[in-house]
Amino acid sequence: MSNNSSFISIQNVSKSFGSVAAVSDVSMEIGGGEFFSLLGPSGCGKTTLLRMLAGFETPTSGEIVIDGQSMSAVPPHQRPVNMVFQNYAIFPHLNIHDNIAYGMRKERLPQAELDKKVEEMLEMIKLPGYGKRRSHELSGGERQRVALARALIKRPKVLLLDEPLGALDKQLREQMQMELRALQRSVGITFVFVTHDQEEALTMSDRIAVMSKGRTLQIDSPTELYEKPITREVAAFIGTMNFFDGRVVSVDNDQIIVDAGALGIVKGIKDTTNFGVGEMAQIAVRPEKFSLSIGAPNGVGNFIEGNMISTAYLGERSYFHIAVNGIDQPIAVSAQNSASADINIRDHKGQVWLGWPDAAVVLLKQDASHSQAQ
Amino acid sequence: MSMSYINRPNRPLHVYALLYLAFLYVPVLFLPLFSFNDSIFIAFPLKEFTFKWYEVMFNNEPMLAALANSVKVGVVTSIVATFLGIFAAKAVTRYRMPGRGPVVAFIMLPLVIPGIIFGVSLLILLSELGVRLSLYTVTLGHIIVCVPFAMVTMIPRFEGFDASIEEASSDLGENMWWTFWRVTFPVVFPGIIASFLLCFTISFDEFIIAFFLSGTEPTLPIYMWSQLRFPDKLPGVLALGSIILMVSFVVVFAAHWIRNRGMPYKRVGGV
Repeated sequence: MSNNSSFISIQNVSKSFGSVAAVSDVSMEIGGGEFFSLLGPSGCGKTTLLRMLAGFETPTSGEIVIDGQSMSAVPPHQRPVNMVFQNYAIFPHLNIHDNIAYGMRKERLPQAELDKKVEEMLEMIKLPGYGKRRSHELSGGERQRVALARALIKRPKVLLLDEPLGALDKQLREQMQMELRALQRSVGITFVFVTHDQEEALTMSDRIAVMSKGRTLQIDSPTELYEKPITREVAAFIGTMNFFDGRVVSVDNDQIIVDAGALGIVKGIKDTTNFGVGEMAQIAVRPEKFSLSIGAPNGVGNFIEGNMISTAYLGERSYFHIAVNGIDQPIAVSAQNSASADINIRDHKGQVWLGWPDAAVVLLKQDASHSQAQ
Repeated sequence: MSMSYINRPNRPLHVYALLYLAFLYVPVLFLPLFSFNDSIFIAFPLKEFTFKWYEVMFNNEPMLAALANSVKVGVVTSIVATFLGIFAAKAVTRYRMPGRGPVVAFIMLPLVIPGIIFGVSLLILLSELGVRLSLYTVTLGHIIVCVPFAMVTMIPRFEGFDASIEEASSDLGENMWWTFWRVTFPVVFPGIIASFLLCFTISFDEFIIAFFLSGTEPTLPIYMWSQLRFPDKLPGVLALGSIILMVSFVVVFAAHWIRNRGMPYKRVGGV
């Protein structure tokens, strides 16, 4: 299995259905053996892109190259990819053994060898002895595994997965996430995984392409996406984010100082994004980056006084909403309910103090289309 | 609490339903009744019970020849119409084609065109072309009449199964023909059987088109009609009619049973 960094190369691919542009000028490189996710809300073009990789849709323009070979003239049944469908698409008229063996016809293996291979796959998906059963006798999770085995028995170069965990209940989904990740590591096949569930994408992927309205917004590792989103849209889509408006007052070698009105003077770390003095900027802070205290913090750092307006207890963590004078939206804050956590704060009403370190601040360019949205 | 009129039994409607069924089926029951009656007159009171008309029937060579003609025409018609119906139903349900609506309407047209119009126009067309009338021309007419029935029988089968299983087959390396043979055909098979049986019954008792398009070899309905002029032949016709009636019932129920048995496929894939 190749390990180069552009095993799959998607080059300026667009797809329109009539006058509707489903995918607009998307380019990305996916490495060999990578677990790559396409993440976005429904209608963002992620499934269309996956179907173009499988060959079920033809790009209106642009090119897809897999392992050095252009896919433009290659029909689905000749591509080195296999797919796990959203609804699993198990053949209803065949039993599980024949479903898994379906793609092996051209290999012309002796029956005994084929049976052995199928039984190996059944072992791998932890359904040994299920060969004689039919798909309607299986649960959703079991069908999902059969669909996986049916695709993997062909040893594809790339496995495409179209929201394969969407129909499963929460616990089974979490278990399958772990199993799928472990399986991907052991077989070393490149996985392209489509999902609208950001938590699922963060848990499983090496890298994620966040898509919206047919375009890619950001392609990065889960940590980078969460900690350093480059647009407000990505920041808002992945997890929860507090946004504040501000104006840049000074820029030096490693720091950007922003006047954020009621929030005070905010210092952000200068990285790749360039800001000019006087420019408007979005300040983004994750809820868990704030610290909450009843009394005024006596340490150094940034803090602001606010009024606790609601709390929500979610078991492992609690959510708080803090109203601050001069800021329209209440600020969302979350805290772990660890053994050392201040229990009093959960029942506290009225005045609280919010603190945050400089490193918690993400500075984003003022996005014209979203500046008045929140 | 008084029952809502939605759930309340309605006696006048029950009576109406019974009268309706009687009106529909009692005349049909006279056929087997008189076929066992020892008299050449179709009239009450009934005479002795007899099997002799069935014996007469089996010794009536021209009638058996007509029966064989009808079976031949029916078998060929139902095979050809069913296959055309499969492809038409697949095209209509699977592909986004321009002019789909008019095409479907055109295929369905024979359902609403009176058989006599159809028979006369086909007769004119064939004689203009210089085609000699034979069982082949009857078969041709029957195929045209049967295709819409085959198509409406097949369409629910194609609509019922998830198109992604055909994509899965292609994804697993099979081309169009292998996908049809390994996935589409087996999944729609119960519909194929139902369509075959339906087309056969339609062709078997079709009179008007066969009347215009048959040459020297009559199909069974044509033969039976021609025998009605001879009173002594009538009981034999009744005996054959009774047998056909029974076979038709069996075939129609079998078709219905097969079609329903296959239906659980409909929900496949939808989790």
